[in-house]
Amino acid sequence: MARFNEQNLATALEIVSRYPVAKSATIPLLHLAQEQDGHVTDDAMEHIAELVGTTPAQVLGTCSFYEMFKREPVGTYLVNICTNISCQIMGGEELLHHAEHSLGIKAGSTTSDGMFTIEDVECIAACTEAPCLQVNYRYFHKITTTEFDDLITDLRAGKRKDEIPPHGTLARTRQHIPADRGAGPADPTGVPEPTWLARNATGEEQGS
Amino acid sequence: MVTVTNAPKIVTSRLDDPEGHTLERYLATGGYQGLRDALAKKPNDVIEEVKSASLLGRGGAGFPAGVKWGFCPPGVFPRYLVVNGDESEPGTYKDRLLMERDPHQLIEGVLIACYAVGCSQAFLYVRGEMALAQERIAQALNDAYAAGYVGKNICGTDFSVDVVLHWGAGAYIVGEETALIESLEGNRGMPRLKPPFFPAAKGLYLQPTIVNNVETLSNLPWIMRNGGAGFAALGAENSKGTRIFAVSGHVNQPGVYEVEFGVTTFRDLLYAPEYGGGIRDGKQLKAFIPGGASAPWLYPEHLDVPLEAATVGKLGTMLGSGAVVVFDEDTDMVKACLRLVRFFARESCGKCTPCREGTSWLEKILQRILDGHGRPEDLNLLLDVCDNISVGMAWPPTQTTICPLGQSATSPIASAVMRFKDEFEAYLGGPVELEVEIKGAAFVGPFEAATTEVSTGV
Repeated sequence: MARFNEQNLATALEIVSRYPVAKSATIPLLHLAQEQDGHVTDDAMEHIAELVGTTPAQVLGTCSFYEMFKREPVGTYLVNICTNISCQIMGGEELLHHAEHSLGIKAGSTTSDGMFTIEDVECIAACTEAPCLQVNYRYFHKITTTEFDDLITDLRAGKRKDEIPPHGTLARTRQHIPADRGAGPADPTGVPEPTWLARNATGEEQGS
Repeated sequence: MVTVTNAPKIVTSRLDDPEGHTLERYLATGGYQGLRDALAKKPNDVIEEVKSASLLGRGGAGFPAGVKWGFCPPGVFPRYLVVNGDESEPGTYKDRLLMERDPHQLIEGVLIACYAVGCSQAFLYVRGEMALAQERIAQALNDAYAAGYVGKNICGTDFSVDVVLHWGAGAYIVGEETALIESLEGNRGMPRLKPPFFPAAKGLYLQPTIVNNVETLSNLPWIMRNGGAGFAALGAENSKGTRIFAVSGHVNQPGVYEVEFGVTTFRDLLYAPEYGGGIRDGKQLKAFIPGGASAPWLYPEHLDVPLEAATVGKLGTMLGSGAVVVFDEDTDMVKACLRLVRFFARESCGKCTPCREGTSWLEKILQRILDGHGRPEDLNLLLDVCDNISVGMAWPPTQTTICPLGQSATSPIASAVMRFKDEFEAYLGGPVELEVEIKGAAFVGPFEAATTEVSTGV
């Protein structure tokens, strides 16, 4: 398991083609691997290394640096509860403790049925709506403990699936650069001065 | 007295519009006219227009945007524009809203900057956790390509540029511009040493690269439509235009407010019915962070200080990322300190020893104090570790590391120890005599003197 399937390989090659240097596609391809398998496997990293022209060790080095990449399976719903300063003083820590008690697990672990993983995370840029959490990176603002319980009940009952896509599907957000409109990657090994800069009357470069 | 001006909403005019993110709504509200106005000028004239606006970068460092653009070495191509949309500073909230609710305004700003600087490819780096922002920007880019605003021969001219959506995967340090470039190259997001090379000279793939914040670029369409002079007519002498502030914490109406620089004061922002609406439950204000987690705290005697970079800088702190976090009288400042320091310890990339070791050491000492196992010497030990991360603990801070992350962790500690020493002593079980000198104005005061000095000039 875990090399890109045919469809994802096509997507991966299209992503790589956007960058002047293929290695820049490493993080987007790691997201794509997580979309395919739910987490990033060793095989996927080897495949990514082949596609971007680097070594599996370098891909692992990048993968292990970023918190969003999971090396092991996580629950269907990844619940990230913010306890940073604005959320902390508005009840974020109490919300986290409630979540741990309510789900019967500690932050960083997964419920036995594989439904929920909870994480104690740093600021999620929702400070004026504190306390906040994200479920599969979708925001829930000003959450009370009661609302948290209701949310969990709904998710267990299979509701709100439209609102919260499965974990690991961030990479489904796609940009499509049409072939007839794409200006193409600007190759760092050298491109001429853009034509429109010639409009500068004196012919001098800005900043010179 | 509360000061609310009738300054135009320059970057937040569409934020309350539920359809503000669509191309249709954007075009109906003057969208892409600024780009057309820019394309009618020479690129150098666009740079001069932005210089005349005196637009300061809104990411935190506050460097003049037009001047930064001029640092690209002549004749070296390609040049890249990288948009820093990796907003992660605790308390900060503005860029996410701009990306989610007005993505076309940002894209238009990107295009204007690319035209002025001579970039034929731009990368829009969005924080990994911001799913909605990514979806909205992807949709906006697809619509803009289809409508001829991005891609080849934009608006029928010879100007062509690809804007590539790229997103991260969860690392605060990537907000630092060189770390962001490393991340964009597919590496661990660790900062590069600068000097010798700044990104404008050697950035992405060692080519000239301009890194601009989301809010900075979002100002450009308005500046092109209304002129740099119109922008410079607003605000204070050293901080032109308007600025978004995100007010969070113990206020009645936490929210995101665009205000005119230099006119509005912290008191307005925290207490005016149009803004923060006062401290929650009628309590007293104890302290507030004026510009994100890395800014030293301010206190009630600073409430009448206007929101203006130079003025706040004289107090030994900064407006930084525009994040104002408010603490009421019941806040445990030792606990707040630990939370902020824990953030920096967790997010340190590990490249520099003073930051990697120092921040986690600070976290452990503070945790020990809060757990009731602190020793009297721990207070001086805290300051000693801070002094090793940022020697002298003065403002602006001295840096022993490649980027400012490590020194940022020392601000809340030095600030709180000087101001709320009794709260630490209560945990430590007795009085402690401080042996380490701290020089920053916001850390030591006299607060009245600092405020008076500033208020004479405004």
